[in-house]
Amino acid sequence: MVRHRAAIVRMALLVGSQWVDAARRANGKDEVSGVILHIMRFSLHDGPGIRTAVFFKGCPLSCWWCHNPESQNFEPEVLYSAERCRLCGDCAATCPHGAIERIGERMTVTDDCRLCATCVDACGAEARSVAGRTMTVSEILAEVERDVVFFDESGGGVTFTGGEPFGQAELLEGLLQACRERRIHTTVETCGAAARESVLRIGRLADLILYDLKMLDAERHRLYTGAANRNVLENLEALVAAGLPVIVRIPVVPGINDGADDVRAYLAKLPLTRVDLLPYHGAGVEKYRRLGREYRMQQTAPPADRTMAAMAAEMEAVGIPVKIAG
Amino acid sequence: MTERVARLRACSLETKPWLSLERARLLTGFYRTCDQALSTPVRRALSLAYLMERKTIYIGSEELIVGERGPSPKGTPSYPELCCHSLEDLEILHTREKISYTVSEEARRTQAEEVIPYWQGGSMRDRIFAEMTPEWKDAYAAGIFTEFMEQRAPGHTVLGDVIYRKGLLELQADIDAALGRLDYHGDARAWDKQQELKAMRIAAGAVMRFAERHADLALRMSDEEPRAERKAELARIAEVCRRVPARTPRDFQEALQAYWFVHLGVITELNTWASFSPGRLDQHLAPFYERDLSNGTLDREAARELLECFWVKFNNQPAPPKVGVTAAESGTYTDFCNINTGGLRSDGTDGVGEVTYLILDVIDEMRLLQPSSNLQLSKKNPDRFLKRGLEIVRKGWGQPSIFNADMVVEELLRQGKSIEDARTGGTSGCVETGAFGKEAYILTGYFNTAKVLEITLANGRDRRTGKQIGVETGDPRRFSSYDELFEAFRRQLRHFIEIKIRGNNVTERLYAQYMPAPFLSVLVDDCIANGRDYNDGGPRYNTTYIMGTSPGSVTDSLSAIRFHVFDRGTASMDELLAALDADFAGYESLRLQLWNKTPKYGNDDAYADGILRAVFDAFYDEINGRPNTKGGAYRVNYLSTTCHVYFGSVTGATPDGRHAWEPLSDGISPTQGADRHGPTAVIQSAAKLDHARTGGTLLNQKFSPRLVEGESGLAHLAHLVRSYFKLDGHHIQFNIVTAETLREAQREPEKHGDLIVRVAGYSDYFCDLTPALQGEIIARTEQAGF
Repeated sequence: MVRHRAAIVRMALLVGSQWVDAARRANGKDEVSGVILHIMRFSLHDGPGIRTAVFFKGCPLSCWWCHNPESQNFEPEVLYSAERCRLCGDCAATCPHGAIERIGERMTVTDDCRLCATCVDACGAEARSVAGRTMTVSEILAEVERDVVFFDESGGGVTFTGGEPFGQAELLEGLLQACRERRIHTTVETCGAAARESVLRIGRLADLILYDLKMLDAERHRLYTGAANRNVLENLEALVAAGLPVIVRIPVVPGINDGADDVRAYLAKLPLTRVDLLPYHGAGVEKYRRLGREYRMQQTAPPADRTMAAMAAEMEAVGIPVKIAG
Repeated sequence: MTERVARLRACSLETKPWLSLERARLLTGFYRTCDQALSTPVRRALSLAYLMERKTIYIGSEELIVGERGPSPKGTPSYPELCCHSLEDLEILHTREKISYTVSEEARRTQAEEVIPYWQGGSMRDRIFAEMTPEWKDAYAAGIFTEFMEQRAPGHTVLGDVIYRKGLLELQADIDAALGRLDYHGDARAWDKQQELKAMRIAAGAVMRFAERHADLALRMSDEEPRAERKAELARIAEVCRRVPARTPRDFQEALQAYWFVHLGVITELNTWASFSPGRLDQHLAPFYERDLSNGTLDREAARELLECFWVKFNNQPAPPKVGVTAAESGTYTDFCNINTGGLRSDGTDGVGEVTYLILDVIDEMRLLQPSSNLQLSKKNPDRFLKRGLEIVRKGWGQPSIFNADMVVEELLRQGKSIEDARTGGTSGCVETGAFGKEAYILTGYFNTAKVLEITLANGRDRRTGKQIGVETGDPRRFSSYDELFEAFRRQLRHFIEIKIRGNNVTERLYAQYMPAPFLSVLVDDCIANGRDYNDGGPRYNTTYIMGTSPGSVTDSLSAIRFHVFDRGTASMDELLAALDADFAGYESLRLQLWNKTPKYGNDDAYADGILRAVFDAFYDEINGRPNTKGGAYRVNYLSTTCHVYFGSVTGATPDGRHAWEPLSDGISPTQGADRHGPTAVIQSAAKLDHARTGGTLLNQKFSPRLVEGESGLAHLAHLVRSYFKLDGHHIQFNIVTAETLREAQREPEKHGDLIVRVAGYSDYFCDLTPALQGEIIARTEQAGF
């Protein structure tokens, strides 16, 4: 399973933008489109004010602690909640491809599934949902613009997150340009694993960049996220060097990156707007179950408040402006 | 808070409400012996004078503001001329689990021997029910609407600034002048006016006499008081009571005491709905506060203590005991006095001042059920005002609620008020818009639109009883389009609204004829100038309201039918009706489709919100602008107090997937749990309702405490409020509490006796609510931060 995921990750790194093309073809319109996992209004923690968060689907990394595992795969996926399922069989009865069968106490999807989502409509109990749908720039914008009155009032805007927004670079660029025309404040949250050229060119269109940083050690980074981090670090340095407003966000995961690391010394050299420390939480565990995937952080508890405070103090000591978020 | 205030507050909180028959006994004695030839207004005024001369006077040991409606705090009188309780009623009041009143053996004896023999069959309640048509009674019994005036008098009003400008003596001089102007040759109603004006004069005298008696008692107590400090306080109280409300107040304490005597006069004369309110208390008190401060006779702390003593007085007056449907639609001790802060001045400038912040501090510190409090938030008011209010809101006991002052002005202007009267108006009761000191805006009853839809789906039959109580609008199985269904719903709506309005118009005349309110008439412009009673079109503006309920449930139900039966064909009409008849037993898949897979109100969804607008328009078009009997017009507003629970209990399964007898949606809030896209989507949906054409709407939002933590949490709340008001919303209120806490309170009520939650237009002790209402509040979507 792990190896399989790693293969997808590598493939996605190479061909991320091809999914956009595929999506555009599927959409049949001559407009940039892509696969969006979810659009969430009244998002308060990813940039200033009241925001709408647009979750891109697909990420080149697959961090062990990821609490949005359904955002990792670039393709739409069917999610299944056994807790909600009444085993009524409505999904199997309506599936035009005969791709659902009952195995034990679960209604299981077979390889014949074409992601048509007929079963999602049929399931009144909401045990089935599809993660990811193809949307054009204007469709996404229409959703975002619903809350402009709240953005105006609160100094908020839209946050492109994911998944990895740069994984669908053309879509991201289209959205950022359109928001700029409409004077909507934009934030891009990225893991940094993307082509330098597009990060720099498209990053300039954003009003704020939230840049995730996990650890400096390349081997451990590869172990826990599925990819090396040289590219991530170089992209960060390039963005900062270009004078773009960057907030670095560090997910603090006990036993993985809450110990001694030279990240502090590294960050102290960069003129950052701020560093946010995000305490790990296990809220995503249920989602792994619904995806039928293994969660490797079962035994990990959130970091203690004092751990967070100590890390923040250490950073402040070297002159880094810090905020503990969460 | 000072120790004095802490003790007065504790006494108010710890004393259990009890039924006092003193008023009923005195009133009955008066009616037995009074001159039968007196005109009704004069007799009513003399009965008030009789009460005010004889009722027990109470001055608590540490009080600074004095006067009680009952013989002592929490003593709650009855009003047998309006509703004569049976002995069974008294037993219910005494023993019921929620909102009970202690009824002594002696009180029962008095009721049996003196009150019932005189009033049985002759109370307003008896008269009203006797005058109602069989159609009205059927609809009332079915739970299509409630009748506000069957146990309580029209009130719903708020004092303007008159008592701070004129003492009652001066108002008596105005009355005399009006008497002198009467034209017995040209005005056919001259004698009626003469009697009404005489009654007003007597009533004003009655309340002045009441104040005098307090002055006398305070003086006696002062003479006997050994402690010098209290002796001086009592002497000062005597001086204050000698001065107000006969003459204008000279300082802060006198201003508060003047209002309080007038308040007691109004709620002793009749058990007016929503008791009575001081309106823009901050603006009324500001000149006295500023003058006293510059004189050096008062400081902020002393002013705060006086205000807090004043606050306790409201909490000492529980709502008069209600029974039957009235108890179900308004099950609370709260009597809906609601104090306004902020807003605009009559010249349109920012109305927030130092006293505004002082009052907010008092609200914060007192944490009392009564009085209710609210912010009138204008775009001209500073964010400091809003954020100070929200700091209190997020403590989670449900006060203050927040109103859009600019929208209130627009609503009043649309109804034809002058710009000055609109700006000095505000909201009272739950969310009702009115021109303070100048308008009788009478709420007449809640209207169960969801039940009307249910009856439409049964071709005019009440599914619960099988009785044909509506018009035959056709078998829905034969409807070929959604429009046909909606047209049938509209016809059914018209049928029941006309029944309600006919009943209202009769009830209005009964109050005008038999139950004038001469004291209230002294206080409200232009009753004196017109020589007409508050209950007979005397005020400058006269508005009659019918309150729409549960637009959420109705919208979702219509949306479910349109979407699943007519658009998608998920189910046939026949199947849907069979499922409703079975309360979904055997139809769980269909119920889940209806509940989870229907476009629903509260999600900023054009499909559902379009239906909301149509439902609103249908209700509005049938009611708005119809003439009432007092020279004014009918208007609509949207609130439910606790009535959505009662209406739910008589309404079977609904097409939105709601099970039979469960609560309907509250106010204009989305159906409990139907809003899935967060508060901004709720606000966008709610803003699609045309608030400008209402006289108030009520939107409840529940947040977990975490969401509103810290400065940023406060800012988020403020931004939500400002945004909703930018979109012309009327009112929003927040419950800041976790569903978990509420469940705990349900399990262990004794540990959560202090838990106050926002119900609907008011806050209440969670443990005093019925289990059904508790469940309903838990079910309201707890908005989480994402």
